[in-house]
Amino acid sequence: MSEAMTNTASKTMLEIKGVNKTFGGLHALSDVNLQIVEGETHAIIGPNGAGKSTLLNCCIGKLIPDNGSVTFNGRNMIGMAPHDINHAGMVRVFQTPEIFPELSLLDNVMIPAFAKRDGTFKFNPFKSMANEKVIREEAMSTLAEFALDKFYDQHAGSISRGDKRRLELAMGLIQHPTLLLLDEPTAGMARHDTNQTIELLNSGKMGEMTKVIIEHDMHVVFSLADRISVLARGHIIATGTPEEIKNDPKVKEAYLGEEAVDE
Amino acid sequence: MMKNLIKSNTVIMLIFAAVVLTAPIWTAPIGANYPDLLQKFAIFGIFAVGYNILFGLTGYLSFGHAAFLGIGSYTAVWSFKLLTMNVVPAIILAVIVAGIFALLIGFLSLRRSGIYFSILTLAFAQMAYSLAYSVLTPITNGETGLQLEQQDPRVIDSMFGVVVKDGLPSTNLFGTLMSGYSGFYVAAAILIVAFYISLKIFRSPFGMKLLAIKSNQTRMKYTGFNTRPYLLTAFVISGMYAGLAGGLLASIDPLAGAERMQWTASGEVVLMTIMGGVGTLIGPLLGAVIIKYLENIFSALNKSELTEIFNYMPEWLQTIVVNVTNPFVGEGWHLTLGALFMLIVIFLPGGVMEGVDKIKGLFGFGKKKSTIEGEAK
Ligand SMILES: Nc1ncnc2c1ncn2[C@@H]1O[C@H](COP(=O)(O)OP(=O)(O)O)[C@@H](O)[C@H]1O
Ligand SMILES: [Mg+2]
Repeated sequence: MSEAMTNTASKTMLEIKGVNKTFGGLHALSDVNLQIVEGETHAIIGPNGAGKSTLLNCCIGKLIPDNGSVTFNGRNMIGMAPHDINHAGMVRVFQTPEIFPELSLLDNVMIPAFAKRDGTFKFNPFKSMANEKVIREEAMSTLAEFALDKFYDQHAGSISRGDKRRLELAMGLIQHPTLLLLDEPTAGMARHDTNQTIELLNSGKMGEMTKVIIEHDMHVVFSLADRISVLARGHIIATGTPEEIKNDPKVKEAYLGEEAVDE
Repeated sequence: MMKNLIKSNTVIMLIFAAVVLTAPIWTAPIGANYPDLLQKFAIFGIFAVGYNILFGLTGYLSFGHAAFLGIGSYTAVWSFKLLTMNVVPAIILAVIVAGIFALLIGFLSLRRSGIYFSILTLAFAQMAYSLAYSVLTPITNGETGLQLEQQDPRVIDSMFGVVVKDGLPSTNLFGTLMSGYSGFYVAAAILIVAFYISLKIFRSPFGMKLLAIKSNQTRMKYTGFNTRPYLLTAFVISGMYAGLAGGLLASIDPLAGAERMQWTASGEVVLMTIMGGVGTLIGPLLGAVIIKYLENIFSALNKSELTEIFNYMPEWLQTIVVNVTNPFVGEGWHLTLGALFMLIVIFLPGGVMEGVDKIKGLFGFGKKKSTIEGEAK
């Protein structure tokens, strides 16, 4: 875990203020306030349908909140196009893997690297992929960090679900985001795979990165997070360190239940 | 090592150029070695190769690309009428004007994707077709089609003192007439360049990004790409290829009619691309050659010729066979095309190129397909 929380000078990177989002009659987010501090790993937990993914969607331009504000490094994110939000440094890894299934693993990782280099649009039809050595090597070493380099030339659609999730992590990491938003990065993984992923998220470049992790696996949450926010039926009911959250009666009642006792 | 050699652009281009330029020789055994047909192979090959840059790379299925072909033809004929009988300005102008129209139509159509995009392109092309027949008659000469006239101004030609005394002037490339084999060689040379550009695009980061848009456009947006300009660029490039093909058609036969823009013509390039192999480098060109070759054979047949072909049969059988096959030839050739298309899509959804890959596989030198065809890793 990082030292960020002990550093009093740490600054707010992402500020979510008074965000509401309704779908028809459903109040998916109610007056959500959340601050993500530079350097921290912030977990958002809560039962299925609590609004966790919706909250991330409101940050990266997939959804526009009904009201409230989302400010990232001092810039208003609301109404900004998803590709501009990406270039502002906020990168999202999705709950159901969003990859390029028909392309090779290597290409999957090279493309986000191109985005970083080429910006939102670049017309370079006479450049050759074969000459993109720098980006290819960077992509290969990123694949290697996630133990995916052995099948770099396979179609991404053909690999296992766990590998797809790791591939998407690699795609996020290669962009060197300022803030990485991870939506249930270990969902659907076997215990062994989950542990391996936690290890990855906790070490190296990934470990130092500021991140928001949505997670329902308590094991993952308590081994990763500097701070935890609990979301229930669209409300943030508590924010605090893992210790504080564990002992918060409101949280126990609303969400953790027996699982908390097990941990 | 060997694999890399085969994959290198230079080697591909050398082989490609050799095959294209020797077409008059190797098409002789199938009776396709006459200039008219060879010209069509090359011109519709260019059309399909360009169309594949849109459809093959981005997956956006345009049903309106014949509009750009038609616009290219009209532009070229106007260039012959107003400027010069030299094909160079005609072809350049055809590409530019088609590109401008593609920018406009693409900009509007690309506000939607999937079936809505296809229908928008179809609607625009049908509008262009109807306009050419109606209000635009002063520009298109309506039903008759735009033709050359002896008293056309041809300002550049007259500046150089070229006078046309009797008959109509002929299109030429700096003096070389565009008829017969010379017409084919000009079209073939342009096809080689057009193919080279397509090869470069396919193997560039730009082409890779187009493929990624086809694979998962949403992902591309959250990865930091503004996908609209990428799609529009691909649309305009393929529109310019269509304009180039249209300009070439008019250069060889200086005449432009609205039927070139009809939806059947737009559909034909879709069939060529799918039949040959969408997204493969060479497939669409093969598709164009196959369709134009079969069209040439089947549309030329008629009942009396069928009777002759099946003469060896007993008379009662001959009558049945002739009556069954007759609807498939001549005017009915599209029926044959439809049937062939169905067969290919059902049994070889990847087109002829899938068949080629399968045969390669049978003989044990099949290769794992990489994402961009032949991309050197
Ligand atoms: N695009 C949408 N349209 C309508 N309802 C939605 C949409 N996205 C999410 N919801 C609803 O909002 C609620 C919160 O969903 P979500 O944010 O995905 O929950 P979580 O990620 O916490 O499981 C759910 O009831 C879900 O059905
Ligand atoms: Mg969710």
